[in-house]
Amino acid sequence: MSYKKISVQNRFFTAYFMGLLLSQWISGCKPHALSLSQGNVREPSAQNQATIRVGEVSSMTGSEATFGISTHRGIELAFEEINQSGGVLGKKLQLMTLDDQSKPEEAATAATKLISENQIVALLGEVASSRSIAMAPIAQNSKTPMISPSSTNPRVTEMGNYIFRVCFIDPFQGEVMAKFALNDLKVKKVAVLRDVDSDYSTGLADYFTTAFKKGGGSVVIDESYTSSDMDFKSQLTAIRAKKPEAILVPGYYTSVGLIARQARELGLQIPLLGGDGWDSPKLVEIGGKALENSYFSSHYSTENTSPKIQTFVSKFRQHYQANPDGMAAMGYDAAMILADSMKRSKTLSKQDLREAIATTQNFPAVTGNITLNEKRNAVKPAVVLKIVDGAFHYQTTIQP
Amino acid sequence: MIDSLKQGNKTTLFWLFSLLAVWMAQATWIDQLNPYYLSILIYAGINIILAVSLNLVNGFTGQFSMGHAGFMSVGGYFSAFLTTTYLAKNPELMSEFQSFLVFLGSLLAGGTIAALVGYGVGLPSLRLKGDYLAIVTLGFGEIIRVVVLNLDVVGGARGLPNIPGFSNFGWVYSGVMICIFVIWRIIHSSYGRGFLAVREDEIAAEAMGINTTQVKVRAFVIGSFFAGIAGGLFAHTLRYLNPQTFDFNRSFEIIIMVVLGGMGSITGSVVAAVFLTTLRELLRPLQEWTHIDFRMVIYSLMLIFTMLLRPQGLLGTRELFQRRKQLEPGVTP
Repeated sequence: MSYKKISVQNRFFTAYFMGLLLSQWISGCKPHALSLSQGNVREPSAQNQATIRVGEVSSMTGSEATFGISTHRGIELAFEEINQSGGVLGKKLQLMTLDDQSKPEEAATAATKLISENQIVALLGEVASSRSIAMAPIAQNSKTPMISPSSTNPRVTEMGNYIFRVCFIDPFQGEVMAKFALNDLKVKKVAVLRDVDSDYSTGLADYFTTAFKKGGGSVVIDESYTSSDMDFKSQLTAIRAKKPEAILVPGYYTSVGLIARQARELGLQIPLLGGDGWDSPKLVEIGGKALENSYFSSHYSTENTSPKIQTFVSKFRQHYQANPDGMAAMGYDAAMILADSMKRSKTLSKQDLREAIATTQNFPAVTGNITLNEKRNAVKPAVVLKIVDGAFHYQTTIQP
Repeated sequence: MIDSLKQGNKTTLFWLFSLLAVWMAQATWIDQLNPYYLSILIYAGINIILAVSLNLVNGFTGQFSMGHAGFMSVGGYFSAFLTTTYLAKNPELMSEFQSFLVFLGSLLAGGTIAALVGYGVGLPSLRLKGDYLAIVTLGFGEIIRVVVLNLDVVGGARGLPNIPGFSNFGWVYSGVMICIFVIWRIIHSSYGRGFLAVREDEIAAEAMGINTTQVKVRAFVIGSFFAGIAGGLFAHTLRYLNPQTFDFNRSFEIIIMVVLGGMGSITGSVVAAVFLTTLRELLRPLQEWTHIDFRMVIYSLMLIFTMLLRPQGLLGTRELFQRRKQLEPGVTP
């Protein structure tokens, strides 16, 4: 028998409870928050810090790493530019980036760390909607403004009034492709091939279907695949049997390249249509010739001759020896809008900064003039790009 | 007999006190903690439940299961589905007592459904041994994930957002206490010897009159139940579920905790779960300085070295604070 041990445990617990009672008595009857709430987070004394800290949660590794790295480069470039021209209100901006390995739970932890440990003033991120949705309640509860560069799921900004985005939303993107297919390509019968693994792909496919049917077209067949698939011949054979005039493939570039190749092998010569998930130089590397005469909607075109875009493109090329894709431009814009809001904000407190971001009007961004509406979404046009000779060529602009 | 009863009462009392201590902490100082440290603490707690419950299957009963994340997702999704669509549509309008009941009910429901699924999976597959069982459970884990992926009522690939944030330190650590208590008592009961007997020598156990399939299925069902509870706690902590979270990598993470802590050591699993959860976060500053994600490299290297230097895991089959050496294999008390 170990009486001694138990009495030690008892003594420990007695001491613990005494301590607890004492602490409760000292702290009085304070209301206790149930979860992370504003009270627990020390308000960052932005005025006292030498730099203004901005957090970024990004998918630097994992399944969407290409997009995460592109976005990060865009943000980095913007911060460098801002700091070279004297920073904001005489202070330099400091970017603190954390990787989330493309996992929602990691994104939530990273956001919690940035907000409570590093005392950031604002949060930039995430690329993918699933991670943004996981981060949003944390940003909202701690009243930290969060700007997502490219999460297009409508739910993201519905999470609270501190959550913003600088990109258009999926319903609009679906509508853009539907309009383009009906009015420019003049097709009536479209097949859909969606990635069931991806929230982005299923969302876009749904919104396209609704808009396309409304405009008088018909979706003749709706097939699906998962992002780890390599062989799409059975789906494509089923699609071929229905004789559509175009196929909507709202997936990410890795699968799209393979799908295009296999579609051509099966003799399907009709154009493929897609969304901004296509927008990566890797797309043509994988798909090659098979992607000729296909179209996708995106945030901007590097071919646009406006000086704003051309200076951004040349600066980016100089820095990273690569062409900036849509994600890089969105990251750049998100950072620029944040810096602009900081300049317009009364103080650098999170509340004032939120007000300033919310009142962004006609900001001349790389991806078009951005106005944030009352739902904290960006209202701006989308462009449709055509793939000719392995390059993305500007086709048309579709206004909201 | 009376002596052991006394001993049992005292351990029960110890656990009840621990439970009370957890809620006292929740009610007083835990919310003053930095939310980042608090969230690490909470995720560590969830990992403890997962590791200890998997240890019952993998360590104590010796059945190598690789589908624990699947049962976690069943429990998580079911309880989150209950709270988001039926019980707590407007969590801010509910009184604390109401949300307490709703959360408790949905957690138990999630755990029960996970246990039922565990029973359905376990009954046919636990007749297999070793590698075959591992592959079957791995397959079932993936099936569960793909089913969830195609279920539109829980959002499919879009995930399930807006889950009420009912969970907190008190809930998670009550789950930890209850999970450890239940599994500890099972293993230390005469009935629990059956589990160990199956691990040590299945044929001998069968010859001694133990229904080995039944024992294995029971271990599996209890393990799945607690995995489901952990899933429910996880869902109401993160407030968002995505099928991607529960892929086989998650199962491997839990297996790593069990193996690192020692197959057949509850305290080992606890230590490993806490250690691995905090290690990932401790290595984060390194990433901030170098801008390269070294975390996974160091994490993996530590695992490799532990396995080379201590193949039986940190604690082997021993426990921290063990009173009597009654659990060593082959030693009769």
